[in-house]
Amino acid sequence: MIHKTIVRAPEWEIVIGLEVHTQLSTSSKIFSGASTTYGAEPNTQADAVSIALPGVLPVLNKGAVERAIKFGLAVGAHIAPRSVFARKNYFYPDLPKGYQISQFDLPVVGQGVLTILVEPLSGNAKPYEKVVRITRAHLEEDAGKSVHGESQGLTGVDLNRAGTPLLEIVSEPDMSSAAEAVAYAKTLHSLVRWIGICDGNMQEGSFRCDVNVSVRRPGGPLGTRREIKNLNSFKFMQQAIDYEVQWQIDTLENGGKIHQATVLFDADKGTTHAMRSKEEAHDYRYFPDPDLLPLEISEEWKEQVRATLPELPEAKRNRYVKDFGLSSYDAGILTASREVADFFEAALNPPQSPLVRGEASSSPDKGRPGGVEAKLCANWLIGEVSAQLNRDGLEMQQSPVTPQQLGGMLKRIADGTISNAAAKEVFRTMWAEGGDADSIIEAKGLKQVSDSGAIEAIVDEIIAANADKVAEYRSGKDKLFGFFVGLAMKASNGKANPAQLNDILKKKLAG
Amino acid sequence: MINSSLHQLGSALRAGKISSVELTQLYLDRIAELNPALNAYVTIKAETSLDQARRADTLLAGGKAQPLTGIPVAQKDIFCAKGWRTTCGSKMLENFIAPYDAHVITQFNNAGAVNLGKTNMDEFAMGSSNETSHFGTVKNPWDRNAVPGGSSGGAACAVAARLCAAATGTDTGGSIRQPAALCGISGIKPTYGTVSRYGMIAFASSLDQAGPMARSAEDLALLLNVMTGFDERDSTSLKRDKEDYARELNKPLAGLRIGLPREFFAEGLAQDVAGCVNAAIGEYKKLGATIVDISLPNSRLAVPVYYVLAPAEASSNLSRYDGVRYGYRAPEYGDLTEMYERSRAQGFGEEVKRRIMIGTYVLSHGYYDAYYLQAQKIRRLIAQDFDDAFRLCDVIMGPTSPSTAFNLGEKGDDPVQMYLSDIYTIAVNLAGLPGMSVPAGFGSNGRPVGLQIIGNYFAEAQMLNVAHQYQLATDHHDHTPQNIGL
Amino acid sequence: MSLTNADVRKVASLARLGMTETEIESAREQLSGIFDLIAEMQAVDTNGITPMSHAQDVTQRLREDVVTEGDQRELFQSLAPQYKGSPQVEAGLYLVPQVIE
Repeated sequence: MIHKTIVRAPEWEIVIGLEVHTQLSTSSKIFSGASTTYGAEPNTQADAVSIALPGVLPVLNKGAVERAIKFGLAVGAHIAPRSVFARKNYFYPDLPKGYQISQFDLPVVGQGVLTILVEPLSGNAKPYEKVVRITRAHLEEDAGKSVHGESQGLTGVDLNRAGTPLLEIVSEPDMSSAAEAVAYAKTLHSLVRWIGICDGNMQEGSFRCDVNVSVRRPGGPLGTRREIKNLNSFKFMQQAIDYEVQWQIDTLENGGKIHQATVLFDADKGTTHAMRSKEEAHDYRYFPDPDLLPLEISEEWKEQVRATLPELPEAKRNRYVKDFGLSSYDAGILTASREVADFFEAALNPPQSPLVRGEASSSPDKGRPGGVEAKLCANWLIGEVSAQLNRDGLEMQQSPVTPQQLGGMLKRIADGTISNAAAKEVFRTMWAEGGDADSIIEAKGLKQVSDSGAIEAIVDEIIAANADKVAEYRSGKDKLFGFFVGLAMKASNGKANPAQLNDILKKKLAG
Repeated sequence: MINSSLHQLGSALRAGKISSVELTQLYLDRIAELNPALNAYVTIKAETSLDQARRADTLLAGGKAQPLTGIPVAQKDIFCAKGWRTTCGSKMLENFIAPYDAHVITQFNNAGAVNLGKTNMDEFAMGSSNETSHFGTVKNPWDRNAVPGGSSGGAACAVAARLCAAATGTDTGGSIRQPAALCGISGIKPTYGTVSRYGMIAFASSLDQAGPMARSAEDLALLLNVMTGFDERDSTSLKRDKEDYARELNKPLAGLRIGLPREFFAEGLAQDVAGCVNAAIGEYKKLGATIVDISLPNSRLAVPVYYVLAPAEASSNLSRYDGVRYGYRAPEYGDLTEMYERSRAQGFGEEVKRRIMIGTYVLSHGYYDAYYLQAQKIRRLIAQDFDDAFRLCDVIMGPTSPSTAFNLGEKGDDPVQMYLSDIYTIAVNLAGLPGMSVPAGFGSNGRPVGLQIIGNYFAEAQMLNVAHQYQLATDHHDHTPQNIGL
Repeated sequence: MSLTNADVRKVASLARLGMTETEIESAREQLSGIFDLIAEMQAVDTNGITPMSHAQDVTQRLREDVVTEGDQRELFQSLAPQYKGSPQVEAGLYLVPQVIE
């Protein structure tokens, strides 16, 4: 594949901005009472408004507006007290009215920001944070779908999707690599699912990305951009951007010019190509939709919506660092999706509700400031749990081990009942067969020995049997300490409490 | 019976002096006889209407009648009525059988009225003479060489020729008032937002408003009681308490202040029309009204502003007619673009295409500010003129149309001349105010003259009172055309 | 104001109205006349005036997010246009000449 052989000329700067179409998770359409359920038989959810019968009129769905407000609040954006719906006029078979109702001059969500964590793709570069500016987000209706190839020379039109509410989220051209663009898209994807406004199903088209790409000489004027349309996977986004950037650089270096264009990504070939049908210069003739009145959002409504927002990923991440002493990177991984964060918190506090809001973080039972358990839990989630999920191709919410099971096991590690090594076995058993930690520990006899008398007896025996090594150790060969630990562990069948064993060994070896 | 008021008809029906079936049949017979010459109706479904009449008779017999139960009403062919062909005067919808009812149709159905048929109209309500209809011109019953006005020309003709008890119309720039004036009947366009636009095929959404057309103000009040009311399916429908529009009909007019806008009596107004309007004003003085000289300085701009805004909205509203899901599709085409271009070129008439082009142009890149935005700003100035005027007077009066009905074909080649025939009615739509026209006599050629009455927002009951008192004092509205079989 | 034939051609194309050159020529004349009428409004000083989009100064009403519409495909597709004698629907899809992307 071409993207793997990229040689990026250092004298070029890449400029990327994204427009993301998120389908809002309402039950009914944005301007009518037709269902938005995915996958229905063609046109069975195309009501009179969806097929634009003569005389029908749009009425705005409150649920769609609520979700837009939620998003705006989540990215710290200005929520327009008054916004306006406009008509974007063009002819296309999947656009039954001949215009799309959208927002133009006055969108519902104004400028905001999204902090992303970028993991560079190559070399030894370290992950870094970046703040991407969001220009605006506006409400609009989705178009229908064209189905090709049913009959020779004909296209079939399914209008079930027409009128599904969309929030189009437009970023500033703040990203300067495919990695940043993908990190932005992933963070946004996580956020819209996190706040429950979009199901994020990319195969079903619930989250679609258009990527504007241009290149320029550092400090030079912005280059002409080409827009890669409708990317529905992060992997394709990565490949498409890499290819497009290289193509633009090659074109310019060979003396060519970039023309503004809409391009499609061919996933099979790994290339981009300009669309044929959209080359005609567009003149959308936007004007305020006379069928809809200005949308007013009161402070009161805004605050009501704010009260329904869960603790946001960024706030949660900061809290994990501050209260649990996690590293920023680990906290970032735990808050990359709502499911992981919920799992983490549920494992920490098994009897508690998984949705703990920010304000509740000071409750006495929560957090265990500086506690070992949170760190331990984080390590397990990031390590063993995610490795198993990856191996089995499962999502967090499909984990066969519940947060309660994991939490129960972690407790036994913390109170010294089992060693880390034993814990791995407990975990593997829970994953494969179920059951709670205590019964597995019991059944497999994994309880570690914490009786100091028993450990002392073992240590005494070892010292007696290895007088020569003891002498070497006492004459300064510190490294032999490990040798004694190994022997003691072996003698206890791996069940000796390591911390206790260490203490006792040190004391006795010191003579 | 045929000249009775709706109130009288309702009483006769409730008293069992006539059945709804008999009354409906009476009108169907008259339609069969006269419609071939007048062309007021484009669709008649006698059996469907008679079925409805039978149901009305059951209600009447059961003592469950409302004021309009059993009364045959003609519906402008702009309202979708389930199972009825609904053409909007266009070849584009020549075979379109509406799969649902417009709010207005539902309201009449719920009131027990009978849908007598669909009336002819200018194509997509774009016209002032009914000559743009795909289904042929409508004749003015007073003089069959004359136009009936438009766009609700079929409705006006049907009422004047006694081919229905009453009719519905719609008014975007004068389409109820101007044909009412030209056919010698009464018609009212209520305040924008009063009658739901749901199921009414859109021309210019921010201006379109439905209203009744009948023989008297008293009839209009009964019809308006049925047609108005909040409808959640139309975002521009206004949530207001239900009112009885007949409640003020009998109030005396003493002390009424009538504003006469200078601009409505200036150059361009035909002498005979001015004469009739002045005589009407004289009558009002006798009824105790006082006259106030007012000015609507920006009203001269109403026609240009309207011919930017209405076509702009129309160009977009009519994009849905693309031959894909319903309506006309060209018989021959190659690719998709050709299918669109031919279906629309063949399905739309000349005037509609002209207005789509004007609208497309004024919205297109680089022209929006100079045309559309400028027109919306002047629209506000025009509305403010009325605000100022209503501080000085209670109602505004003037001519409805600058002349009596012109001859068929007279203005056919000159769209600008045609557009200017709505010069007194358009400003009312731009402001969203209620306006009406009542018969005020006849011009030198024997064709009817209309008096326009403009009220403040939601002043319909007052306007109907003003019109009704005039109709008690005069008999212009009682005249009937010759040769209509009476 | 005088429009050119190119202006008319562009507008007709945007509006998907197929027109012959003769029709374009006659449309140009008529539209020019109408734009002369419209031009009167352009001299007006409208500085500081808020554009008026709606007759009433009211705001958008919202509907609750509830599904109220059922499947009416059969009824609606009975309205589908015909082409060479057959309705342009198949397997529940509306049919159009192939769309090329």
